[in-house]
Amino acid sequence: MFEKLSYENLQHYWWFIIAFLGGALVFLLFVQGGQTLLNKLAKTEDEKTVIINLFGHKWEITFTTLVTFGGAFFASFPLFYSTSFGGAYWVWMIILFAFIIQAVSYEYRKKKNNFLGSKTYETFLFINGIIAPVFLGVAVSTFFTGSPFSIDKARIANLNNNVKAVISQWESPWHGLEAIWTTENLAFLQNLALGLAVFFLVRVIALLYTKKMVDDQNILERANKCLKRNSVLFLIFFLFWIIRLMFIDGFAVNPDTREVFFQPHKYFNNLIESPILLIFLLIGIILVLWGIFNGIFKNDEKAFWKTGIGTMITVMGLFFLAAFNNTSYYPSTYDLQSSLTIANSSSSRFTLVVMSYVSLMVPFVVGYIIWAWKSMDSHKLSKEEVKNEEIKY
Amino acid sequence: MEHIDWSLVNWSRAQFALTALYHWIFVPLTLGLSFMLAIMETIYYKTGDDKWLKIEKFWLKLFGINFAIGVATGIILEFEFGTNWSNYSWFVGDIFGAPLAIEGIMAFFMESVFIAIMFFGWNKVSKKAHLISTWLVAIGSNLSALWILVANGWMQNPIGMKFNPDTMRNEMVDFWQVLFNPVAVNKFIHTITSAYTFSALFVIAVSAWLIIKGKDKVYAKYSMLLASVFGFLAILATIITGDGSAKQVARYQPMKLAAMEGLYKGTRGAPLIAIGKPSHKKDKDFINAIGDDLAGRNQTDVEIEGLEIPYGLSILAFNDPNAFVPGIKDLVEGNPKEGIPSYKERIASGKIAIEALAAYKKAKKAGNEEEAAKKLKIMEEHFKDFGYGYFYGQDINELIPPVTITFLSFHTMVILGTWFLVFFWLVYRSIMKNNIEKKKWLLILGVLGLPFGFMAQELGWITAEAGRMPWVIQDLMPTMVAVSHIETTGVMITFALFFIVFTALLIAEIKIMTTTIKNGFSN
Repeated sequence: MFEKLSYENLQHYWWFIIAFLGGALVFLLFVQGGQTLLNKLAKTEDEKTVIINLFGHKWEITFTTLVTFGGAFFASFPLFYSTSFGGAYWVWMIILFAFIIQAVSYEYRKKKNNFLGSKTYETFLFINGIIAPVFLGVAVSTFFTGSPFSIDKARIANLNNNVKAVISQWESPWHGLEAIWTTENLAFLQNLALGLAVFFLVRVIALLYTKKMVDDQNILERANKCLKRNSVLFLIFFLFWIIRLMFIDGFAVNPDTREVFFQPHKYFNNLIESPILLIFLLIGIILVLWGIFNGIFKNDEKAFWKTGIGTMITVMGLFFLAAFNNTSYYPSTYDLQSSLTIANSSSSRFTLVVMSYVSLMVPFVVGYIIWAWKSMDSHKLSKEEVKNEEIKY
Repeated sequence: MEHIDWSLVNWSRAQFALTALYHWIFVPLTLGLSFMLAIMETIYYKTGDDKWLKIEKFWLKLFGINFAIGVATGIILEFEFGTNWSNYSWFVGDIFGAPLAIEGIMAFFMESVFIAIMFFGWNKVSKKAHLISTWLVAIGSNLSALWILVANGWMQNPIGMKFNPDTMRNEMVDFWQVLFNPVAVNKFIHTITSAYTFSALFVIAVSAWLIIKGKDKVYAKYSMLLASVFGFLAILATIITGDGSAKQVARYQPMKLAAMEGLYKGTRGAPLIAIGKPSHKKDKDFINAIGDDLAGRNQTDVEIEGLEIPYGLSILAFNDPNAFVPGIKDLVEGNPKEGIPSYKERIASGKIAIEALAAYKKAKKAGNEEEAAKKLKIMEEHFKDFGYGYFYGQDINELIPPVTITFLSFHTMVILGTWFLVFFWLVYRSIMKNNIEKKKWLLILGVLGLPFGFMAQELGWITAEAGRMPWVIQDLMPTMVAVSHIETTGVMITFALFFIVFTALLIAEIKIMTTTIKNGFSN
């Protein structure tokens, strides 16, 4: 059935899947958000155990989503993989190290004779909780502000000169870190704003999850207090980012010549030119805000799902905004014509067809995640309940 | 290719080797113990005997400690293809990316979702749902091994693809060929059964230690019984597929076979070295000797000293006692009698392919379709030597893998594997005769089985990977072309960080593991 789709349709379908995984990842980063709140929400050892187990039962799903997001990006848009990962080396390495130290921390924190001590593992969780959302947010923001790299595929057929046979070349010695201090077009402000917006958003979702799942008055009171502060901070950074996005020049692609050029208000134009995208993005943002509002003022237990799913939809909308309607999703500020588009960075038609069949498994995977999630979250967590569990973190 | 930054290439290789070898310390136990847990839980489910639940929960604890660090060391490997081998990611990403993505969608989610149920779901789902979850963890982890080994098998024997000169990359044309690549199929079975072998060695080692300490003897003996049967079947399959592996290496990677056997000069009716060592202490000498030889200065033969099995290698490689097995010299210098081209010829041919590709691009840009078609035809004729072209003007010795490492790794692995077969049988017999407690020597050998198992696992990978140097993709792309162009100091820093972080985590893991084992089944 996928064989009948055009190459362009397949490329768009795969961008949709990437956006879906990216959206799911940001939503699930609430685990990281929770990790940064450990000392805010829990004041005693027993309370800590509750919070650790609350987020600890979910960390592997977030982790796996990140790995799958990477794998799917590799399979469908390998030029992005080779350009961004090989170029923005330090950004990705920092993110990966943050996940490496997370993976052992839940399991080892309370174990006897654990070498580094409980405090160290808690610090690992805290570091992971800050770095993952901030750096991933900054990385996504560069989809709109650009990065300094050049691409020349023909370099690989170069034998007899001083040019290295490297296809993608990062043109800054900072290998990605420059995203947080590039002053051109105030890119650093924009990038940091999204990083911080994601950081506060995942904390908000973590707090809504705590309110939904924890049965402990003290913890809930603290969660309510944190929720207001984090919601306000999220709104400030997110609104700054998205409003400014509507005014900046964007990286447009001429559909006939495939030439990349700056277009004023490109991202605003994208929304006006495709009302469906505008509506989609608005639904996402409204759901996020509705969940936050209900979480603060109405003690709505479903607020977690509203904000969580709203986050997914919003992030997907941003991925569409960055790539559809003749836009370059990974623009180069060093050489405009090196910018990556859905069309010039994707896998071959054959591979996309194969992978599209594989994508039919996604609903099945989502199905058993929902089943497992429901089974695990059927009871609220309390100090007593956690205490009685034979196996726990 | 005049300016190759070898320090960058070698540090990048070192980093990949470090992270892969660290990761592999933990993976085999996950692959095998997950199935043993599923078997234990099935026995409990069928018989209702609480003993088996207790046994399972003990091993489950150890499984969890190992799994966490396996995940920690694993995430980096997928991303390293991009961060450190970015040219590779484009050149073959169209084929290589797919198994990685399928691994995520099909296997990792299954593993990670059901592992939460397996650990924390005892009171939250029904007994049956729990049992199914435990089986799904085992299936999920083994499926992930399938896809990553399909990817690795493809690097050793790249098939099912065609080079597209317009996109400057290899593109998949036949998915089934990639999946059912004979190298991948064999590699998958060889690797997972060796992992089961290792898991059985782990269970026996821990149980033997507990028996020596006089703790939980009954539980330990039941665990040992299960592990000895599981291990015996697994090592049998490992040995059979190991034989299959050798035949494939002979066919697709003759230089690797020559290095594995330290075979300098090829011959018909080649003997197999059972136990031996290369007569030169350092690779450098070995390679220098070949270099001298090539220059016609010195005709000293370099040979392996050791115990030989007549005709063994010819039979192992080709199932024919009189088959010709090429040595390093034959492959480097060529052997017209046996129809083997020299590396010099292959380099010249590869250079033609790469230059034709550049000329094709130029003609295409100029709109000269006729010229482009002509160049394309030349490129395709010489494509099988494409990767050799990059060695034009380079030291030819760069095309020879590290012989001593490959030889010693391979032989030690084979000796250990043969021992494991005998060992599982001894343990099984002793358990059945109920006299293992009296056989202290067997218990001590049982404890030693764990470090031996680690060694065999890591040496297997060293044979497979060091033996195929300098190729990332056999004959098509060498490491020096695949590498990302970042500062060498950057890679050195991340190498050091990986070393420090992974070592610290490993120490933590061992400490937690031994403390948990000391507490035994009852705690």
